Amino acid sequence: MKPLILETQDLCVAYGRVEAIHKVSIRIREGEIVTVIGPNGAGKTTLLSALMGLLPARGDIRYQGQLSSGSTAVDKLVGKGLVLVPEKRELFGSMSVADNLLLGAFARHRRGLRDHAKTMDEVFAIFPRLAERRTQEAGTLSGGERQMLAMGRALMAKPTLLMLDEPSLGLAPLIVREIFRIVQQLKAMGVSILLVEQNARAALQVADYGYVLENGSVALENDARSLLDDPRVIESYLGLGGSHSIAA
Amino acid sequence: MRCDGTAAPRTPAGIGVNASIALILVQDGVTNGAIYALLSLALVLVFAVTRVIFIPQGEFVAYGALSMAAVTAGFLPPTMWLVVTLGIAVALVDSVAALREGAAARLPMIILKNAVLPVLALLAVRYLPLKTLAYPLQIAVALLFVVPLGPQIYRLAFQPVAEATVLLLLIVSVAVHFVLLGLGLYFFGAEGGRTPAFTDGGFNLGASYIQFQTLWIVGIAAVLIAGLALFFEHSIYGKALRATAINRTGARLMGISADLAGKLCFTLAALVGAFSGILIAPITTIYYDTGFLIGLKGFVGAIVGGLASYPLAAAGAILVGLLESYSSFYASAYKEVIVFTLIIPVLLWRSLTTHQVDDEEH
Amino acid sequence: MALITPNRALIAFMLAVAMVPLFAAQFTVTLVNYIGLSALVALGLVLLTGIGGLTSFGQAAFVGLGAYTTAYLTTRHGISPWGTLIVGMAVTTAVSLALGFITLRLSGHFLPLGTIAWGISLYFLFGNMEVLGGHGGIDSIPPVDLFGLELGSSRAFFYVIWATLLAAIVTTRNMLDSREGRAMRSLRSMTMTEAMGINTLRYRMVLFMLAAQFACVSGWLYAHLQRFVNPTPFSLGHGIEYLFMAVLGGAGAVWGAVFGAGAVTFLKEWLQDLLPKLLGASGNFEMVVFGLLTIAVLHRARDGMWPILMRAFGNLAPQRAQTGSVEPALPLPRRDPQPHGSEVLQVVNVTKRFGGLVANDRMNLTVRAGEVMALIGPNGAGKSTLFNCISGVNPPSEGEIRFMGQRIDALGSREIARLGMSRSFQHVRLNADMTVLENAALGAHLRGRKNFVQSAWRLDREEERRLLWEAAHQLERCGLGEHLFDAAGSLPLGKQRIVEIARALCSDPTLLLLDEPAAGLRHLEKQALAELLSKLRGEGMAILLVEHDMDFVMSLADRVVVMEFGEHLAEGLPQEIQTNPKVLEAYLGGVEA
Repeated sequence: MKPLILETQDLCVAYGRVEAIHKVSIRIREGEIVTVIGPNGAGKTTLLSALMGLLPARGDIRYQGQLSSGSTAVDKLVGKGLVLVPEKRELFGSMSVADNLLLGAFARHRRGLRDHAKTMDEVFAIFPRLAERRTQEAGTLSGGERQMLAMGRALMAKPTLLMLDEPSLGLAPLIVREIFRIVQQLKAMGVSILLVEQNARAALQVADYGYVLENGSVALENDARSLLDDPRVIESYLGLGGSHSIAA
Repeated sequence: MRCDGTAAPRTPAGIGVNASIALILVQDGVTNGAIYALLSLALVLVFAVTRVIFIPQGEFVAYGALSMAAVTAGFLPPTMWLVVTLGIAVALVDSVAALREGAAARLPMIILKNAVLPVLALLAVRYLPLKTLAYPLQIAVALLFVVPLGPQIYRLAFQPVAEATVLLLLIVSVAVHFVLLGLGLYFFGAEGGRTPAFTDGGFNLGASYIQFQTLWIVGIAAVLIAGLALFFEHSIYGKALRATAINRTGARLMGISADLAGKLCFTLAALVGAFSGILIAPITTIYYDTGFLIGLKGFVGAIVGGLASYPLAAAGAILVGLLESYSSFYASAYKEVIVFTLIIPVLLWRSLTTHQVDDEEH
Repeated sequence: MALITPNRALIAFMLAVAMVPLFAAQFTVTLVNYIGLSALVALGLVLLTGIGGLTSFGQAAFVGLGAYTTAYLTTRHGISPWGTLIVGMAVTTAVSLALGFITLRLSGHFLPLGTIAWGISLYFLFGNMEVLGGHGGIDSIPPVDLFGLELGSSRAFFYVIWATLLAAIVTTRNMLDSREGRAMRSLRSMTMTEAMGINTLRYRMVLFMLAAQFACVSGWLYAHLQRFVNPTPFSLGHGIEYLFMAVLGGAGAVWGAVFGAGAVTFLKEWLQDLLPKLLGASGNFEMVVFGLLTIAVLHRARDGMWPILMRAFGNLAPQRAQTGSVEPALPLPRRDPQPHGSEVLQVVNVTKRFGGLVANDRMNLTVRAGEVMALIGPNGAGKSTLFNCISGVNPPSEGEIRFMGQRIDALGSREIARLGMSRSFQHVRLNADMTVLENAALGAHLRGRKNFVQSAWRLDREEERRLLWEAAHQLERCGLGEHLFDAAGSLPLGKQRIVEIARALCSDPTLLLLDEPAAGLRHLEKQALAELLSKLRGEGMAILLVEHDMDFVMSLADRVVVMEFGEHLAEGLPQEIQTNPKVLEAYLGGVEA
């Protein structure tokens, strides 16, 4: 079996007195796509924020075998190849596409690695649309292009583990398909991916393994293929099963 | 020039201002305006990146000028003790933070960089023949013991509350201003300081005489402004600072830490402030408390630019310089009143054109 | 019974202060006089900074305005000090309203910057105007004459100063504990406060004006205490010192101002004496110490020293019980109910763009009285955006919104609230430091009339009882009866959402907009919420809610509208929606063409 790249053990995250994430344990192996799916408000974004060190958490987080639970600064994790593409994209709106991409390589630049030009060409090869728009301001891009730029910027950091928060959010089906095709392509290039999605079918189709998050806890986990056919996944989303939840 | 309150306005009776007086006033205005422009750019930068309204900017002007005066007189800049003390304080604070994170391995580097380095610099400079040193080297020595105060102050006063409201940061900023002002009196005394001009003399242009130092000021200010522009447009660190100003979270996710960005722009602001002081010290006597008013005039410029636009801030600062020189001619007693009242129409215009914003939200 | 209670401590303090002129040395009397004068200015800053979240470095200039007005008018025109007090306050009102008008619309930091400029300008003006005596100032100011008693000595004037301060403190506390006071205490959360129908700009102006008045009165007192004024005590540096007093003492509490003024004044006196001896050099070392002290306090205790003292004190005295009672009162008048089934809200072809993004694209929906309409859709579908369009928080780019037959798409959230629409927020927006009861009462703001002057003098008590009774009643209905006197921030998030609903109900709304009301609730709490909403529906209220909990939505809603990509995807009865293939697709997604 391939080595673990990220592992959490009984991870809990609370906002004030309210626990948003309760005892979540997940594992991601090298070169895999692991997806965390679940309805709105299940705690998916909170989970990613905690992994990235943006939120204080209890429980263990091991990245590349090293314990990083909560105390490691974001810039250190980015330097070690853990990169998050956030749900809100968080682009630098009044800067050009090229500058946005360049800043993706900031952590590498600080460590003395100066291969940005080559990396940018690789990113342009994956997202030709960004090459066309390289001098355009990021704030003027369309929704799909923004997501591409957010992913491209993350790739500039040459991530070991790329975490994608709802890459399909608010995008039309054609563009969603394009984004997921690229996710698979990245996997083929050897990037491990943690994919958080509300779009369960699309996510499960590209993933190796999946977790269903419900009310802050893992309600189900299995091979992606098995989850795809599991009727309980649908119930979790639309509440067809009446008042009981699938965790019960 | 300082006039007592009873002086009547010096309007030449019956005639308009002749061309040579106008030229002198413009020369004065542009010279001061260039300095205000430099300061206002630094203020906009610091605010955009850290949300700190950097009131102590003016103290850096005074410290720069008076340290330079000390060096040219053959003394060590008295601020070096402050740099050493704050260096040790930073080393302590950083060490505690590192130990809490369980990163004891970083301790030697922290202590070396923050505490040992300033002491070594101090020892090295002690044996330099300061008085006979080449002018650029004297400038370097003066800057060496003023500029590090920028990042040190950021680390000690602002970094622990970096996430606080603009208001709280502003109060901290004013407190730092008080501390530096009080220390300024201790270091430099109540006497003013003046330094020799970069180049003595001047030349006649038409009916008016232009000092070489004026050219130096305007020229160096222009070069510095261009340098800053290049830094922001073309270097990755400059772009990282801009990115932090545009989107804090986005910048953090790219590994641009807020601490780094904060220290970097405080260093720039300290450099700009201290250098401005060194530039004007040959033409104005600088006292320990002169910097405050100079810094505030930079602020008026920055506010013209809404604390956001660099070109508008620079233009506003030149305007402040001109307004100042003209009002010191026509109504010298009310010079400061006129300059600071300029802020009122500017704020009014901003208030009528800006949409109301909620401080609590982004 | 405990020996020390807050009230007894206060009385003991006041008695001790009252003894000062009788027994203390002249030097101490002078010092305590100055403390009183400074505390009055710092009290204004408590209002401005602690309550309003604004600040001013220019209060010393207002002190100067009060001092110079009386100095000039009494010496040059022979006007009585009482007359000049009124003139001074009128001038201060005019200046503060003008400054406020210019800066208070802008984000918070422009006011302090404006006051720095204004502080410097006025200082130079005092020093340069011949008619005001230039830097020499004005002397021979007559003493104040109170009922034929000439208050010439500083011992006699002592009581005037401290009585004024005490009156200011009492009226300030009264004012804060009222309808308008609650609005002032909520100013930092502008979006929420405006959505309660409260004009936040007006209250910021009032706070700035009051702070200026306190400073002006302090200046008037100063002039008649000293009988001489010059520009020095009104410089920017002194303005900053006043702010340090408020911040060090604790800008959140009225007594923080007194404590801060006392501590800074004594400390300054002591340090000015001690430090030069200690350091063997002269200099403004007390400035350095105050600066460092302020930084340290802001790092460690952002609310100042007063709360820390209170906590230490609280360990000695028993905790004040977290209970209270609400007196029964007449119910507030209500709006005319809408007939069941009448259309209350119509959203027609509403489009909202942010830059290049279209968040809402030609959305349509209708809500009727006596109906629960649910708005659902995947994350990012634009539901909260639509809510913000409807409630006027962020008006639409195109399209038409009608509420009770009136176009509202160009109105602000304040005007819309006035028409009878009330909302809760996706991210809870309560005033964490106020009690649950006070938070709910904020929602009833528009149902009261008494202003801050009336409440300062307690002329609002009847109305206040009715407002609080209404708030308590709505909280009871929502099942929060046992939390009335808890700080809102101490409740779990789910219950805080319910407080938001109670607050919205306090406005007696025709239409209730709820953004994710069930998030964070436990199963039983959800059931209780569903029951409450059904009951409100039965009373004829129209309810529009966004919710992710499908069990909750499907069992409660009369009709459901589904959004995707900012567009109207489907609409119908809950069971139709649950089996609609388009909806299933939207929620679960899919990559197959």
